[in-house]
Amino acid sequence: MSQYQVLPGPEAFLPPAAASMGNVLPDPGEAHIEGRIVPEDEAYEVFARKVLGAKVPTIFPGPLVLWKWNDHVAEKAKAIRELANEAPMRIIPMADYRPKYPKIEAAVEINPNHPNLTIWHNKIDVCIFIGVHCHQANLSLKIIRGGTNCYTMAMCAMAGHEDACLSFRDADLGKIRKLIDAVKKLKSEGVESQAIPFKQFKLSRAGLVDQSAN
Amino acid sequence: MSKEKIQICEDLADVMPPEYQELVATATYGNQDRGWKDIGSSKELIEQHSLCAGCPESIAFRYILASLPAPEDTVFVGSTGCTSLVFPHVAVHNIHSLFGNQNAIASGLKRTLKSRFPDVEKDVVVLAGDGATVDIGLDMTMQSWFRLEKFTTICFDNELYANTGGQESGLMQKGFVAKMAPKGKNFEKVRLAEIAREAGCAYVAVLTVSKPNRVEQAIKNAIYVAREVGPSFVQLYTPCILEIGKQSMEGLDEMKDSETIGGRFVQKEYITDEAQKLLDSIKEETKARKKAAKEAKKSVNA
Repeated sequence: MSQYQVLPGPEAFLPPAAASMGNVLPDPGEAHIEGRIVPEDEAYEVFARKVLGAKVPTIFPGPLVLWKWNDHVAEKAKAIRELANEAPMRIIPMADYRPKYPKIEAAVEINPNHPNLTIWHNKIDVCIFIGVHCHQANLSLKIIRGGTNCYTMAMCAMAGHEDACLSFRDADLGKIRKLIDAVKKLKSEGVESQAIPFKQFKLSRAGLVDQSAN
Repeated sequence: MSKEKIQICEDLADVMPPEYQELVATATYGNQDRGWKDIGSSKELIEQHSLCAGCPESIAFRYILASLPAPEDTVFVGSTGCTSLVFPHVAVHNIHSLFGNQNAIASGLKRTLKSRFPDVEKDVVVLAGDGATVDIGLDMTMQSWFRLEKFTTICFDNELYANTGGQESGLMQKGFVAKMAPKGKNFEKVRLAEIAREAGCAYVAVLTVSKPNRVEQAIKNAIYVAREVGPSFVQLYTPCILEIGKQSMEGLDEMKDSETIGGRFVQKEYITDEAQKLLDSIKEETKARKKAAKEAKKSVNA
């Protein structure tokens, strides 16, 4: 059986689960790129190339890194912010998993039940999920692959995601820092970010903070 | 989870949507005296709901969430029905069970939490409709009461199966004609409150959700009794306005009509002596604490 490649879509309304196509998860120390199992270090480099080559690279932090469950999580959040500043990448949070009514604010949030809206609205071409519970990440990754042309990556704290185009496993602070190092390394070799210039939005209890006033 | 954990990581706080920032800043987690009066002046633990416009269940949810003594240490167990549409929007831990299994799930959960957190009082609250509680899940409901499992069961009684089109339920009143029960019900409404009392519940209350202070008191009583004495049960009339042919604005009137003298939902409580003793002592403690707080405030102002 030929290897099923997990590529950016739009693949179909209901793309097949990669696991059902025979794709397997990486073992510890490994990652997968488009379904192909590779040593983890190779994936860091591909991650950095994808991010630097994208027009709208975006981090989708999930509840596991947004909410301060413990001090370790706060360190991860700090590293995520550092990664966003280094690349640069936008940060759009997935604060929880509830279906939002009557509609989500696609410019500033993503929801696992209709993640395609956020991808479309912001024209995101490369994204990485960090700190999203596996079930919700799988749901989102499939919807994104089904309806958008976004290249999806996942930094999973468990065994990885077959449905991402690229997936790490056993995420911890050290691995998030390796993402930063990989970006720095490529930049030092002369690779420049192709991201469209942007200013990270800020929200307060009153809503969007008007950054033009700053 | 404790209230200290309901914090946002500082480095990502400024990208969090306003409702979550508001939740951390002004929700009443950890406030001993939280209650329905906080609604409107603090962040509620329900963000939105997907129920019909004017549904009394939605207001019941708001009162219950405002009345939980310790939402940060509470786990809801829900079941299939209209209530299950709301739980995704609630900022309290919750588990969805199979239709009717809710009290069995809650039994295991309560025991596990007791074993895992022996020094913390973890409240388990079942919240399900009348179909799950009385028809499909009556076995599990009653067996948990027979075993004297220490958690609270709340039944949202809308007297039929609402979100499947109006089928007859055990709690439907005799003679009522529904869309899917065109001949009218032949049997009396199941006397669930009396069944609960006989099955071992130490505190039982039946009421509507027309008066928030009464709902708050019943919920708090039920949870306090479940912590110390034994199982408790609260039956709340939350009429399905669609299925009984009412308009969105008529839910409140329907509840008020049903609780007048001779109505199906005149407020009643069954409390064991042990539970009553506990509730009296809590009342005294609360009174003394509030008095002390008032005096302390006075002395500061003076």
